[in-house]
Amino acid sequence: MKNELRTSFLSITQNEALARGIAASFCMLLDPTVEELSDVRTSVSEAVTNAIIHGYGRPDGIVDMVLTSDGDELTVEVSDAGMGIEDIELARQPFYTSKPEAERSGMGFAVMEAFMDSVEVSSAVGRGTTVIMKKRFSRDE
Amino acid sequence: MKIAWKKSGHTLYAALTGELDQHCADDARDKLNALLADEKITRAELDMGGVTFMDSSGIGVLLGRYKVLAARGGSMDVKNASRSMERILRMAGVYKLCTKEVGSNEK
Repeated sequence: MKNELRTSFLSITQNEALARGIAASFCMLLDPTVEELSDVRTSVSEAVTNAIIHGYGRPDGIVDMVLTSDGDELTVEVSDAGMGIEDIELARQPFYTSKPEAERSGMGFAVMEAFMDSVEVSSAVGRGTTVIMKKRFSRDE
Repeated sequence: MKIAWKKSGHTLYAALTGELDQHCADDARDKLNALLADEKITRAELDMGGVTFMDSSGIGVLLGRYKVLAARGGSMDVKNASRSMERILRMAGVYKLCTKEVGSNEK
């Protein structure tokens, strides 16, 4: 099924649960397994948390989340207009975190990569970051 | 995050209920820290059975509390993690440090 949902919300941590709830509702139209739904919820939470904590680190930014489906493939695009990532390769490394003092584990990108089929990151310092994640749902009728 | 707990000897038994994301992490951390402030506690058994969602923010909360106990020569057990939680904990190597209790979801 071809479908699209665009949302924009403030960069407050309360919206992490809201964003993964919206993504899960959107996915229901694609008839995912319980496991696939859980993978999407977790990955969306990671991407949105990164945008809120690292992209902005303040409560007045806008996070955009675009959900699209085409056939049995879901695409989730999460973007912020925050500080951007200087070294994407470093940021994606497991256990790397720019905020160790906040007990961040540095596992956000590793979790997205493990739970989704593909994860693309583009970023410009001072302009923001966009994460595009794709997942194909396997259920066959 | 709701935490039901009891202390027995040197062990803290804590059953966590709710969601564990970045938004809830501070609250969970504060509540667990308050329970671990009692210096005689050297072992914690955390029951994750009531946790309906956890992302990587939860890893920091668990590892941070493990460090508090390890500094006292203690240990931490994690039990009843969901399949998804289990994967995240495994990826982060949490089970290399904390014992996975018998009775957790083996899937």
